[in-house]
Amino acid sequence: MKKFTLSATVAASLALFAGAATAQVTDALVVEGTTISTSAPAADWLDIDQVLSGWSFRTVETRALQMDDFDNPGMIFVDQAIDDWSTVDGTEGKSCSSCHTDGPEEFAGLRAELPRWDEAQGKMMNMEDYINLSRVEHMGAEPWKWAKPRMDAMVALISLQSRGMTINVAIDGPVADAWEQGREIYYTRVGQLDMSCANCHEDNYGNMIRADHLSQGQINGFPTYRLKNAKLNSTHARFSGCMKNIRAEPFAVGSEEFRALELYVASRGNGLSAEGPSVRN
Amino acid sequence: MKNSMLLAVCASVATFATVAVGEVGPNDVVFTDTGAVEGSLTGVAGDPANGAMVFKNRKKGNCLACHQNSDMSDQQFHGEIGPSLDGAGANWNEAELRGLLTNSKNTFDGTMMPAFYVDSGFFRVMGKFDGRTNLTAQEVEDVLAYVQTLTE
Ligand code: HEC
Ligand code: HEC
Repeated sequence: MKKFTLSATVAASLALFAGAATAQVTDALVVEGTTISTSAPAADWLDIDQVLSGWSFRTVETRALQMDDFDNPGMIFVDQAIDDWSTVDGTEGKSCSSCHTDGPEEFAGLRAELPRWDEAQGKMMNMEDYINLSRVEHMGAEPWKWAKPRMDAMVALISLQSRGMTINVAIDGPVADAWEQGREIYYTRVGQLDMSCANCHEDNYGNMIRADHLSQGQINGFPTYRLKNAKLNSTHARFSGCMKNIRAEPFAVGSEEFRALELYVASRGNGLSAEGPSVRN
Repeated sequence: MKNSMLLAVCASVATFATVAVGEVGPNDVVFTDTGAVEGSLTGVAGDPANGAMVFKNRKKGNCLACHQNSDMSDQQFHGEIGPSLDGAGANWNEAELRGLLTNSKNTFDGTMMPAFYVDSGFFRVMGKFDGRTNLTAQEVEDVLAYVQTLTE
């Protein structure tokens, strides 16, 4: 019953989305009683005044899908991750729940800080790194591939615990070099169409590029459920897609370059709320 | 039999070559100080009908991605990145238009508009597009002929 209602809603919105008018809004997004800031003053090192969530740029119909968890198709994948949470795997005979006995709620706030430097690991870690660290070292299980369904779903489940919390990614100290590398990638023009992330997401957000209403390309909403491919999409998969669109050879998912870019783009969204899994077109 | 095989091979080689005989290669285009290109890139008159096709085709010029064009009001989505091209055929002369279609960076410093007849100097170009121009020389001439019809 639940599944049926969900897919009916998606079908209806898909039909509407093609012709719907777009507008940039700064309305409050309230989901299940939690207020999600979709705009915030930009950091002083940014060339823009205000940072805006990608939600603000979507159609009325797409925005509505994210206002109720019952309508948000991303929640189907969260449910799948809840199953995985207590699924025993690996040589140690453990599941996530064997160690994290308080449930995924234990991770409230984590998503808002990632990627971050981890002193114990001696490197910068993002959500996929933490999930695989536990799978390999604590469960004795195979690491999950990035940008694949089980990984993206678990990232969604853990991100959800931080929903509404303010993105606050550190950019100094041991991650300063990675941040600098990410910034350089963001502003470097690549591909046969010779464009940078900034050309579309800094210089032209709010403008239409053919049928697409350009947002600021923020990642506070990741993973995103996209109506276009009807699944969760990770940050690295999205970066890859944008690079292919400008006929550039994307960096590999999980690469040094995309990790640096993830840190930099995440920090551009400092002040927004974590809202994953969000809904986009 | 042998001859026709040979012909078939020649024909397929010709379609894969970036520059056909009699064309100005992407590295041989001469720009004026203001970024204009005086002579035809091919010596063959541009075909405005094909130019209109290239203009709207998302895999070709995709000019509509960035430009509004009232002459194509039958097309659903027009971009807002660059200026409207209504009247562009009157505002710019032929050499100026050829220049800004070949490599708009010589006309507008640092512009986001892609260069349509440049095949090198880019970073991280995806394999199948590497070393290739976005449009062929004749497609540039065709789009040029089409834009010249946009006089109001
Ligand atoms: C040619 C234009 C263009 C370029 C260049 C581009 N993007 Fe995008 N990007 C888009 C479009 C169109 C979308 C979908 C609509 C939107 O959210 O802006 C998008 C979406 C995104 C999103 C999803 C935002 C959300 O809220 O769901 C992210 C993140 C993103 N881009 C990051 C990047 C990064 C990082 C780069 C550089 C590696 C980049 N983009 C380069 C056009 C571009
Ligand atoms: C990704 C965006 C983009 C695409 C694609 C694009 N343009 Fe442009 N174009 C621009 C921008 C931006 C300008 C304004 C110059 C500037 O200030 O950078 C421009 C300027 C122009 C101008 C000068 C208009 C004026 O009134 O000043 C013409 C003519 C033009 N483009 C034609 C075309 C044609 C024809 C195509 C396709 C073959 C095309 N453009 C594709 C972005 C684009």
